[in-house]
Amino acid sequence: MSYFTEEHNQFRQSLRHFLNKEVVPNVDEWEKLGNPPRDIWKKFGDMGYFGLRFPEKYGGLNLDFFYDVIFLEELAKINSAGTSAALGAHSYLSLAHLNNEGSEEQKQKYLVPGIAGELFGCLAISEPGGGSDVASMRTTAVKDGSDWIISGSKTFITNGVLSDYLIISAKTEPELKSAGISMFVIDRNTKGLSATKLDKLGWRASDTAEIAFDEMRVPANALLGEENQGFYYIMQQFALERLIMAIGGVAGSEYALQYGLDYMREREAFGRPLTKFQELRHRVAQLAAEIEMQKQFVYHLCQRFTDNEYIVKEAAMAKLLATQLSDKVTFEVVQFLGGYGYMEDYQASRMWRDSRLGQIGGGTSEIMKEIIAKMMIDEIKYN
Amino acid sequence: MFTEEHKIFRQGLRDFLDKEVMPNIDKWEEEQKMPKDLWPKFGEMGYFGLNYPEKYGGMDADFMYSVVFMEEIAKCESGGFMILPAVQNYMSSPYIHKHGSEFLKEKYLTKVISGEWIASIGITEPGAGSDVVNIQTKAILEDGHYVVNGSKTFITNGFYGDFVVAVVKTNPELGAAGVSLLVIDLESEGITRTKLKKLGWHASDTAELHFDDVKVPVENIVGDEGQGFYYLMGGLQVERLTASVAGFASCEWALQYSMQYMSEREAFGRSINKFQVLRHRIAQLASEVEALKQFVYHCCREHAEGKYIVKECSMAKLLATELAEKVMTQCLQFFGGNGFMEDFKMARAYRDCRVGTIGGGSSEIMREIIAKMVIDDTSYQRAGSVSSSPTSTGSAQAKAKPVEAKKEEIITNSQTEKQPVMSFETIESAIKEKAAAAKPLGNSLKFNFGEQSVTLDGTGDANVVTVNDATEAQCTVDVTMEDLTAMLAGDLNPMNAFMGGKIKVKGDMSVAMKLGTIMG
Repeated sequence: MSYFTEEHNQFRQSLRHFLNKEVVPNVDEWEKLGNPPRDIWKKFGDMGYFGLRFPEKYGGLNLDFFYDVIFLEELAKINSAGTSAALGAHSYLSLAHLNNEGSEEQKQKYLVPGIAGELFGCLAISEPGGGSDVASMRTTAVKDGSDWIISGSKTFITNGVLSDYLIISAKTEPELKSAGISMFVIDRNTKGLSATKLDKLGWRASDTAEIAFDEMRVPANALLGEENQGFYYIMQQFALERLIMAIGGVAGSEYALQYGLDYMREREAFGRPLTKFQELRHRVAQLAAEIEMQKQFVYHLCQRFTDNEYIVKEAAMAKLLATQLSDKVTFEVVQFLGGYGYMEDYQASRMWRDSRLGQIGGGTSEIMKEIIAKMMIDEIKYN
Repeated sequence: MFTEEHKIFRQGLRDFLDKEVMPNIDKWEEEQKMPKDLWPKFGEMGYFGLNYPEKYGGMDADFMYSVVFMEEIAKCESGGFMILPAVQNYMSSPYIHKHGSEFLKEKYLTKVISGEWIASIGITEPGAGSDVVNIQTKAILEDGHYVVNGSKTFITNGFYGDFVVAVVKTNPELGAAGVSLLVIDLESEGITRTKLKKLGWHASDTAELHFDDVKVPVENIVGDEGQGFYYLMGGLQVERLTASVAGFASCEWALQYSMQYMSEREAFGRSINKFQVLRHRIAQLASEVEALKQFVYHCCREHAEGKYIVKECSMAKLLATELAEKVMTQCLQFFGGNGFMEDFKMARAYRDCRVGTIGGGSSEIMREIIAKMVIDDTSYQRAGSVSSSPTSTGSAQAKAKPVEAKKEEIITNSQTEKQPVMSFETIESAIKEKAAAAKPLGNSLKFNFGEQSVTLDGTGDANVVTVNDATEAQCTVDVTMEDLTAMLAGDLNPMNAFMGGKIKVKGDMSVAMKLGTIMG
């Protein structure tokens, strides 16, 4: 059985063609630059890639989720997770919230140009003092007449320096803890907003920011969705976010192993190619088996996600396993390449350092295990 | 994935295992033997013929019933128990079903399905396991029968079982092309059976078989001479798949068993399932088991659709058995000292799983196969489409054709002999007759033919039969008169009719499970 139709396969072909032409030849430069250039967003927008699953009335293509699966898989094979993260964060984090809880006015203002690639956004939830522990959020939004005054800070925000707008969370009723969180959409040029670019281990082609809100005044229509519903909105997107990371983790692993294997076929030692050494062959076999298993598990969940099933636990499992696997595979691929694996002339080193974020971002492995344990041992349900 | 019918089948199977198997496991493990009269009960329920044709007594059900079957027998707290039906159904008899002559099917397959005979598969020898081409056991044609000499070892069901599908060299000069499959009765003169002592799987008998000039009738050859290697390669996929199913199912059992224990056991004033480190370990293992399970299900579906998935089956077997090792080790740790004691079931699960990465092709062999396919782009094809030496292929096809044609004739004949459909009155009296002979049901059951119905009330001392009774029965079976005729005549197995969607059951499903008893 296959999850992909002939149309899906054609879409993959044309996407691959596009990426090989517009992206792959440039990623080395973007890694040095620290972000993808402005014009690439428009090119993706023109191709419709940011609006695959969104309604046609906002410029989307209204396609099934497996087009997104293909998009994410191919994006994981351009060997620049930073680039993939920048593009992915725009579509799957910022646009996802706008589509889900945005008003018609907000959709016209941000979603439509966002899908077109004319504007791009970011999602800012994590703070210096708390990430997944959303209830401990310190950023506040206080009503002043019809306006809101927002104060606080956010960190580790992908596209946080360069994006045109920001989706942020803030406590509107701090005493209600997580039930007092609301979401806002903020323009980049809002007074009181400042962003600092963070230097990091990998994902170098994306900009990651620490953002400060210094008594930032925003109008009433900056509120996204209903007041105090923010926690719920964030939770709603979690299954999607984790699935996305799982898809990327598997596809990245697949790409890395293929890259390692291609190298091993060419490289000789003691008079024969590396692919003839049994020890290495068995390691490749083990990794290939684990990747195949993980891939089928993720596809299975994507299907259930498409069918609107409740997959909170399984999505956490998939995110946990796929990002762990990616670390294991990329580590091994560096080993397969020996000294060349450590050199920037080859792609393995970038794969390895880029993979490391998988187990941290979007909820750490430890958070995934907390969720799974609560659901399995304490039989808690999340909605 | 699983239909309502599969779920009901699972429930019926679970009830059966809880009644016939679970109370006796400890005893069988201790005695290192299971009673022979247990297996005809499996046969009666259809569990040995799930995927075999009705004409041999099988259920002709889809492969997912076998998946359910393997899952449930793997959750009986004894790998030794689990392996007997697994070998019977999926590792030995399939060769007779797929490649055997009508004679072999009539003589052996029917008895496997009924549970009268227990089958084993003889591949491994003291000097060769997965390296099938180098086996030494010879079967030489002399005076109209084969004379077998050699030995086989690690043969599950080989000591108490009835026959072995043995891998032999009919032409020792040739490599793979000299390998054949031969059905050998274990009672034959010249066979010495030695029961081997082993680390785990205690309820199961594992034998070394020695063949000293054993005479085997020529008609006991499976398929064609020289084709054994290809038959085996084809059959190993099902074997690996079933091992994978047993692998994840036993992991699920172990996690469930551990979580139950951890919710009751206290340390430092709280139940140990409150300790974060243990919780995270459960979460990690549960994730790995869930991913594996979905992968194995995926492979099972592909297999059920007729795809030949050598790489995926090898991957599944490798990962499932390795994960079982990990899960059993860590679950035993959750139990502390109790894990080491036989009063709890972890100790057995721990030793039983150890054979997983060895039997049915070791993990190293799985990785060899995967490496060849992933690195060298080798592809394997199904037996029959494999190109082998011209001589063997030529003769095989020439011989195979008439047999195929004959088989179809037999099927056609049996279909023309179908009984005429009974009238409502005849059905009524036939049910009355059956009902009087059967024990009281304990429930009420209605056969609904649309316009008319027959109700069987077995809540009292006897089964009372009424016609067109408007009162609701505990269970209603929608059926055509044609199919009921076939059931009453014994031409259609009720369980089979149910699985095939010929009858629809409403109300209490457990009552419908008793249809077999009523139909006699």
